[in-house]
Order: sequence, then structure tokens, then C-alpha cells
Amino acid sequence: MTTVPPFQRALEAHGDAVWRYLRGMVGAGAADDCFQETFLAALRAYPRLHRESNLRAWLLTIAHRKAIDHLRRRRRDALEPLGEEIEAKPQGDGAIWSAVATLPPRQRAAVLLRYGGDLAHREIAAAIGCSEEAARRSLHEGLKRLRETL
Amino acid sequence: MSSTPDPIETALRSSAGEATAAARRFADRAARRGADLFYAEEASPLGALLLVAGRRGLIALRYAPVDVEATLAELAERRSPRIVESAAGLDPWRRELSEYFEGARRRFEAPLDWRDIAGFRRRVLRATVAIPYGELESYKAVARKAGSPDAARAAGNALGANPLPIVIPCHRVRHAGGGLGGYTGGLERKRLLLAIESDAR
Repeated sequence: MTTVPPFQRALEAHGDAVWRYLRGMVGAGAADDCFQETFLAALRAYPRLHRESNLRAWLLTIAHRKAIDHLRRRRRDALEPLGEEIEAKPQGDGAIWSAVATLPPRQRAAVLLRYGGDLAHREIAAAIGCSEEAARRSLHEGLKRLRETL
Repeated sequence: MSSTPDPIETALRSSAGEATAAARRFADRAARRGADLFYAEEASPLGALLLVAGRRGLIALRYAPVDVEATLAELAERRSPRIVESAAGLDPWRRELSEYFEGARRRFEAPLDWRDIAGFRRRVLRATVAIPYGELESYKAVARKAGSPDAARAAGNALGANPLPIVIPCHRVRHAGGGLGGYTGGLERKRLLLAIESDAR
């Protein structure tokens, strides 16, 4: 077999990781739009994907691009700040999620890709588009800041 | 990083039920636009049916037990890996099938995909589609209509490889002497289909 598995299997296997990442990155209210955009873009490109590719890292890289686009649009449109939107959503780990929302985007992405997406440092670097060392530093800084906040 | 469970890490790893709902919304949307193939399992009086369709129409209808993974992997290879699971995407065929099982439908109108059905097999299956509801024809007659009057046995094989049973009604074909012949889903299902059609007449 030379082709990738049916797309449905990628959706089932990695939908959770993509959702966790997006929820933390753009907030629960916008996560669904970004989720739909992420998987639609992935579906388009899917037949050209190499069979040996790391599907989760690939999907999270697309999700990261969609999240950054969304945050740029939101900043331009000057909508309500991200923190409020997440706090408004009652959740058991609400405090942690709102603390995540206050991190600078780069650190937030690194923390979420590591724990929400379960990516290795090298994969986080590739998704964000920085060096492995910079990814490691963003992750470290982000976690430190989270622990101080909480 | 610490080795003891960290509440921050645990919270960020926690799975959200919303992800499942979002994935389902995506699959239904993709079945309308973006995906090349969509599939669903449908309950029926003949047991579960696996339905697979694409933009041109229904591609496969399989009786249980079916190896879903193998079927999808083969279609991913032969057609496209852009496959999603969506019952909504299969609505036109699901609706017609359920009407048929209730005896309320005699003809299937939702489109069928004939692309991978070629040659003699195609002629045999086309001739089979033309057999009216509730009527029976012999393998020999079907072979004749397919242009090969001496190929009753080959016609039987072509019918045995029908990728779209029920909607291409190969259950309406039997031996000239009256014997029921064979059936893709087993003779029990063939009898059931014929009973539905004779009850409804």
C-alpha cells in the first residue's frame, strides 16, 4: 500500500490533540471555526502527503497556522481579549486555561503543542517555524510563567 | 521537567468531548464538499450494510460481516484517501433503501457509480437493473440481454461480483429450472429480498 490511510482515521486519531491545542490557543469560542479550517486544509492537501509523515505533527502545524491567522485577524478587528472568553466558559481546569490564555502567543503555542499536542521539541520547532533551541526556551519560559501565575 | 504528575500538564492533556462533536461536524461538512468518498454503516432487515459513495454516486454496498478497514484502504488506494464517515452524506441512498425495505419503493433513483464496472460485467449488471420489481429472470436470459447468450455461468459470476447488491437487483436472477442459484449475501438474504418484493405487490 502506497497511499495514506483514509482521512477519517486521521480525524479520529488526532482530532483531540488538534482541539486541545486550538482551545488553548484561540479560546473555546473560536476553536471550532479553526478546527474546521484546519481539517479542511488538511483534507485538501492529504493525497499528496507522504505515507511516512508524522500525521499529528503535520495536522498541528496546520492548526498552528490557522490559530495565528485567527489571532492576527482578531487583533486587527480588536475584539474582546482572549482571557475573558476562556474564563466565561466554566471548566474544572478553568484557572489553568485562563492562565494559558495570558501567555504570549509563542510561549502559549509551545506549551500547548508540547502538552495538548504531545509533540517533541523538534516537532514544536518545525510547527512554529523556529530553532529547536528557541522552541525549548519558549516552552520553558511558558511553563515557568504558568507556575508563577497559578 | 518534573516526573511527578503536574496539574498544569494534566489539565492541558485532558481530552475534551467537544473534539468528537467538532470532528463529526467536520465529516458531515466534508461529505458535502471537500471529501471524495464518504461511508456509513446502516442498519437494515438484512443486517448492517456498509455504504460507500462518491461524487458520481454509490460505489459499494456490503453486507455484514465486512472488513471495513480493508474496504476503505482499498478504496483509498484505488480512488482517493479523502474519505470521511458521514451518515448525512449517504442520506439519498439510506432513504431509498429504507423505503424499499418497507415495501414503499420499487425503483432506486439515487445515482450509482459505474466507473469501475466494465465490459461483460457491466452489460450483465445493466441488464439486471432492467429486471422489474418483484419479477425473476434466469441467468441465461440475463446473459442473452448482455449480448452473450451462451454465457449463463459467466453471467452468474458477474452477478456474484455485484458491488451494489439490492440496488442492482441481482437477487431477481435465478436458474431457468426455478432453482434460486447463489447470492452475494447468502441465500437467506436473497429469499428475504424476494419476499419483500412479493409482499409489496
